Amino acid sequence: MAAFFLVAPLVVYPVFLMKAMCFALFACAFNLLIGFGGLLSFGHAMFLGTAGYAAAHAAKVWGWPPEIAILFATACAALLGLVTGLIAIRRQGIYFAMTTLALSQMIYFYYLQAPFTHGEDGIQAVPRGRLLGVLDLGSNLAMYATVFVIFMAGFALVYRTVHSPFGQVLKAIRENEQRALSLGYDVSRYKLLAFLLSATLAGLAGATKSIVFQLASLTDVHWSMSGEVVLMTLLGGLGTVFGPVVGALIIVTMENYLAQLGAWVSISQGIIFVICVLTFRRGVVGEIGHGLKKPL
Amino acid sequence: MKLKQTLIAAAIAAGFAGAARAQMSDGVVKIGVMSDMSSLYADIGGPGSVIAARMAVDDYLKAHKSSLKVEIVTADHQNKPDVGSQIARQWYDQDKVDAIADVPTSSVALAVADVTKQKNKVFLISGAASSDLTGKACSPNNIHWTYDTWMLANGTGSAIVKTGGDTWFFLTSDYAFGHALERDTEAVVLKNGGKVLGKVRHPLNAQDFSSFLLQAQASKAKIIGLANAGGDTINSIKQAAEFGIVKGGQSLAGMLVFISDIHGIGLEKAQGLIFTETFYWDLNDGTRAWTRRFVEQSKGKYPTMVQAGVYSAVTHYLKSVDAAKTDDAPKVLAQMKAMPSDDPLFGKGTVRKDGRVLHPAYLVEVKKPSESKGPYDYYKVRATIPADQAFRPEKEGGCSLVN
Amino acid sequence: MTEIFGVPTQALFGQLLIGLINGSFYALLSLGLAVIFGLLNIINFTHGAQYMMGAFIAYILASKAGLGYWWSLLIVPPVVGATGIVIERFMLQRLYKLDHLYGLLLTFGLALIIQGLFRNEYGTSGLPYSMPAELSGGHNLGFMFLPNYRAWVIAASLVVCLGTWFVIERTKLGSYLRAATENPALVQAFGINVPRMITLTYGFGVALAAFAGVMAAPIYQVSPQMGADLIIVVFAVVVIGGMGSILGSILTGFGLGIVEGLTKVFYPEASNTVIFVIMAVVLMIRPAGLFGAQK
Repeated sequence: MAAFFLVAPLVVYPVFLMKAMCFALFACAFNLLIGFGGLLSFGHAMFLGTAGYAAAHAAKVWGWPPEIAILFATACAALLGLVTGLIAIRRQGIYFAMTTLALSQMIYFYYLQAPFTHGEDGIQAVPRGRLLGVLDLGSNLAMYATVFVIFMAGFALVYRTVHSPFGQVLKAIRENEQRALSLGYDVSRYKLLAFLLSATLAGLAGATKSIVFQLASLTDVHWSMSGEVVLMTLLGGLGTVFGPVVGALIIVTMENYLAQLGAWVSISQGIIFVICVLTFRRGVVGEIGHGLKKPL
Repeated sequence: MKLKQTLIAAAIAAGFAGAARAQMSDGVVKIGVMSDMSSLYADIGGPGSVIAARMAVDDYLKAHKSSLKVEIVTADHQNKPDVGSQIARQWYDQDKVDAIADVPTSSVALAVADVTKQKNKVFLISGAASSDLTGKACSPNNIHWTYDTWMLANGTGSAIVKTGGDTWFFLTSDYAFGHALERDTEAVVLKNGGKVLGKVRHPLNAQDFSSFLLQAQASKAKIIGLANAGGDTINSIKQAAEFGIVKGGQSLAGMLVFISDIHGIGLEKAQGLIFTETFYWDLNDGTRAWTRRFVEQSKGKYPTMVQAGVYSAVTHYLKSVDAAKTDDAPKVLAQMKAMPSDDPLFGKGTVRKDGRVLHPAYLVEVKKPSESKGPYDYYKVRATIPADQAFRPEKEGGCSLVN
Repeated sequence: MTEIFGVPTQALFGQLLIGLINGSFYALLSLGLAVIFGLLNIINFTHGAQYMMGAFIAYILASKAGLGYWWSLLIVPPVVGATGIVIERFMLQRLYKLDHLYGLLLTFGLALIIQGLFRNEYGTSGLPYSMPAELSGGHNLGFMFLPNYRAWVIAASLVVCLGTWFVIERTKLGSYLRAATENPALVQAFGINVPRMITLTYGFGVALAAFAGVMAAPIYQVSPQMGADLIIVVFAVVVIGGMGSILGSILTGFGLGIVEGLTKVFYPEASNTVIFVIMAVVLMIRPAGLFGAQK
C-alpha cells in the first residue's frame, strides 16, 4: 500500500491523492470503533470538523507553524472525544449511534453560529506554512510527502492497536460484551479508550485536510459527512485493516468523476449503501480476504 | 527503520513527480463554468449558467468572426467551499483552464478567488453575493458581475425608505451572509431617516417561520425585511401570505430574490414583494430577444440575473482576450478594466480597479396574478438606479488595490 | 399589556400555539417512526424521504391530474405506504437476522437514492402547492391571527395520533402486533401470519409519514430536501420519548414543539439545538427515554 501511494502521484493528480489519504485515515479511525469495537458512531464528523477548524484557526489567526497547528487540533479532537465518549459510551447499539448523532448535531449548530468559524464561509485562505520552519508546504510535492508520512503513521498506529492485546480485548467485547465483562475486563474503559483513539485519529485526518486544502468549512461537521465515512468503511470492509483505505479511495474517486452529474453522486452513494448492506456485507477488501482465506 | 525508508522513498518520488510537470500555453481559451448544478441554487445559476456561457461564446465568435478557439468545461461545486476550491485547483493545475465563471454561494466564491489569486488566473464572478469580493477580500484576479450584498441593501433599502417604508423589522438568516445583509440594509435605512423596530434571527434552513413572522406582525413595522436567501426566503414569503401579513398592511422586502424563486412561490403568494435585480428578461427588445433564444435551450426556464451575468462576463472576457491577443491573465485583466463592457443584456458598463462591474439596477415589484399576461410575466419595474449609484463607492470597500 | 420575562403575554400565547402546530408535525412523524421501531425494531432513516414523497405526489396529483388536497389526503398515504411495503418485502426482510444497524444503513442508503432521484427530476427551488380553499383564511383570536389551516393541522394530527395509539394499545389487532414483536415464533404458531403483519405495519408507518407530507405541502416548501433535516430532529423526538413507546412519541412530539416554540421567543438562535440538548440529557438520565421501557 505504501508503494502505491509513493508511485501514484506520477500518474494521478497529487491533490486528489492527498484528499484520498486524509479520508482514508478518517475511515481507518472510524473502522477502529465499528469494525473492531462494534460501535457505530453516526457523529464522527464532529471530530473531523473540530480538528479542521482548530488547525485552520491556529494556522491562520494565531500564525502557528503547520506541525504545531495539526498537533493542537488533534489534541482538541481528543478532548472532544473524551467528553463525548463519556456521554455516549453509556449506551449501546442503536442508542449509541443516536447519541453520537445528537452530539454531532449540537456541535454542528454551535459551529454554525460561532463567530470564529465564519459560518457558511468557513475559515478560508489558511496558510500552509513551513514545516519545522524549513520545508515550504506551499509546493504540492512537499505537502504530499508530509501528508503521506502522517497517513502512514496514523495507519501504523491503527494496525498496531488492532493486533495488540488491547485490540483483542476490543474484539472480544464486540463479540460478546457480557462474557468479556464476566471475565473481569473493565468494558467501559476499553470502549472509552477505543472511542478516544478513534476520535483522535479522525481529528488528525481533519487537521491535515484543512492545511492541505487551506480551508475549514461546515461540510466537515455536517451529518452527511458522518454518513460518508460509514459508507467508505462499509464499502471497503468493516473490520478489515485495508478496507477503509480502499473504501475511501473508491468513494473519493467516484465523487470526483461524478461531480459533473450532480445529484447522481447522492444516488450512487445510496445504491452502494443498499447493495453493500444487502449482499456485499464484507466489503471489497473483506471479499478479497475471504477469497484468499487470509484476514486483510 | 521503516520511517526512514519511507521518507527517502517519498523524496525520490517527489523528485520524479517534479520533472513530469511542465505547462505551456496551448492555443485554446478554456473557460470553466462552476456552479451549483443540483441543489439550493441550481435554478439560479446551474445548468442555465452553462447555457448562457455557451451562448456567449457562440455569439461572440460569430459576431466578431474571431479566430479564437474556445472551450467550455463545467462542474458542480455542490455549495461546498472545499469541493469548489479543489475543482478550481485541478482545473488550473491540470486541465489548463484560463478562467472560471459564475460560482454562486459566497463561501465557495471566496475559496475559488483564493486559488485563482495563487495561480494568477481570471475569476468571472456572477453568482456570488458577498461584497467582500471587491472589498476586504479583493484580488486583482476577481471581476465581480451582476450584484453584491451592498447593492442589494442599498438598492432595495433606500428605494423603499424613500417611498415611505420607513419602519423596518428584520427577519435574518443566522449566519454570516444573513448578518451581512442585515447590517448593510440597516445602515441604509438609518441613513435615509428610517427606523429599525426590531430583528429576529432564524436558523438557516428553518422550515417554519410562523413564530418569527408573528413577532414581525406584532412589531407593526411597515416593512418586513427578509435578510435571507433561497428556501428560507421562499418559506418566509409563503407563510407570510398564510398569516395575512400583506393583507394586514405590512409589506415584505426580499433582500435576495430571483425570478426562479418567484416562479417557485407563485404570484398569488408573492404579489407585492419588492426587491432589486440587475436584469429582467422583459426590460427591452435586446433582453427579450436574447431570452427567447435562451428559453429554447433551457426547456422553458427563463433566465435569472445570474445567468445573464455569466453571458455578459464571458462576452467581455473574450473581447478582452482578443484585444490583448493573449490569454495570459494579468494582461487580460488589465484589458477588461480598460474597456467598457457592452452587451444587449446589461447595456454599457465599466469595470473598476477593484474588479467591481458597474451597470444599472432595477427596483421591481411582483405583479398581482391578474396583472400577469404571459409566462414569467412577474415584475413591474418601479425604479431604475443608475450604474454609478447602484454599487458601493470604490473608496469605501477597504480593497487594497484602491488607494 | 402584561409581560413575562420581557415578552408580552400576547406574543407568548401566540408562540405557544405555533409550537403546538409544529409539535403536530413532530408527533405525526415520530409516531410513524415509533411504530416502525417499536414493533419492528427497524430504524427507518427513509422516513424523511417518504414524508417528502407524500408532499411531492400530492403536488403531482394536483398539477397533472387536477386532483386537489382532499383527494391527496386519501390517495397519497396508501400509495406511498405501498412503496414502503415493497421496500420491506424485498429488502428489509433479509436483514432481520442481522444486527439492527444494518437496517439503519439500508434505510439511510434508500433515503439518499430517493432524495437524489427527486432532486434530479425537480431541482431544488421547491414547487408551489396551493392551500385548499375551504381551509384558507383564518380567525383573529385576539392575541394572534390563527390561520384556519394551522388549526386543521392540530386537529387532524391529534385525531390520527390518538387513533393509531388506540388501535395499537387497545384493540385485538394491536395486541397481536405487540405480541408478534416480542415472540414471533409463538404468535406464528397460533396461526397468525407474522411476516405479513410486519410488512403491513411498516407500510402503515410509511403511510403516516406520507400523510404528514401532504399536510405540509400547502405551508412548507415542497422540495426534495424537505425531509432530510427534519428527520434528524424527529429521531431526537423519538429517542426522547422512548423508542418503542407510541404514547411517548405523541406526547413528546407535541411537548417538544412547544419547547421549541418557547425557545424561539426567549433565545431564538438556540431553537435548532434545544431538542438535541434535551436528547443528550435524557439519554444520560433516563436512557430508555421518558416513556420507554428498559429493554
